[in-house]
Amino acid sequence: MTLFYVFGAVAVVASLLVIAQRNPIYSVLLLIASFGALSGLYVLLEAPFVAVIQIIVYAGAIMVLFLFVVMLLNAPHEQTEQDERSFALMRSGPMRFGGFLAVALALELIWALSNGRGLGVLGPGAGPASVASIGRSLFTDYAFAFEVTSVLILVAMVGAVVLARRGE
Amino acid sequence: MMPSLNEYLMLSAVLFAIGTAGVFVRRNLITILLSIEIMLNAVNLTFVAFGRALGSVDGQIIVFFVMTVAAAEAAVGLAIVISLYRHRESLNPDSFTSLKW
Repeated sequence: MTLFYVFGAVAVVASLLVIAQRNPIYSVLLLIASFGALSGLYVLLEAPFVAVIQIIVYAGAIMVLFLFVVMLLNAPHEQTEQDERSFALMRSGPMRFGGFLAVALALELIWALSNGRGLGVLGPGAGPASVASIGRSLFTDYAFAFEVTSVLILVAMVGAVVLARRGE
Repeated sequence: MMPSLNEYLMLSAVLFAIGTAGVFVRRNLITILLSIEIMLNAVNLTFVAFGRALGSVDGQIIVFFVMTVAAAEAAVGLAIVISLYRHRESLNPDSFTSLKW
């Protein structure tokens, strides 16, 4: 119970700091901290394999890709006329509207979840899901989706190479 | 004492709203992509929490597919960002207003 609140607080605070930073490098590093906290939550939810994949794939591969691009572009600061230090809701036009929409979304979701009948306490559970059972399900019930995923990755790879190619 | 499913869902809702706020409020293409990653992770947390509550591994398997889509989206999105930066020397989405140049 305590661990849930610790990991949840770390995830929320790190995510808030991600969108509050002016320098994208700090944003990427804070997002890695947020992913670490989420990985802890997955362990609490008896999904150790997902927790490991979260660290290896998300924090290890995808975030390194982001960091690589941030350093490659070498454009750390936002170039806007607006003062970035001012509070987001105080700024003009669509930004303020978007900020209000996001706050409204959070309040609505929390209101809906806290007013429901309650989905009950999580029971003792069957223990951590084994990698074998996940793999068996992945290659039988979800075999088609798994194969389609490989096509998706191939298309994304070709698209990235074509898009980032230096002009002819 | 285990936290209830509602608490996981509320945490996920807060994270999703933070990601939404980032997309709306920030004016930097890379930070917007990072906000999308926050939203995808909030959804992953929901899937794993429901999978735990229902006692099946299906939720965890969907998380793998979401991660695959996130990786593909990050690769293509960052390639587009690099391509745009070469043309405009800017990461502000407001400076990309024409379909063709």
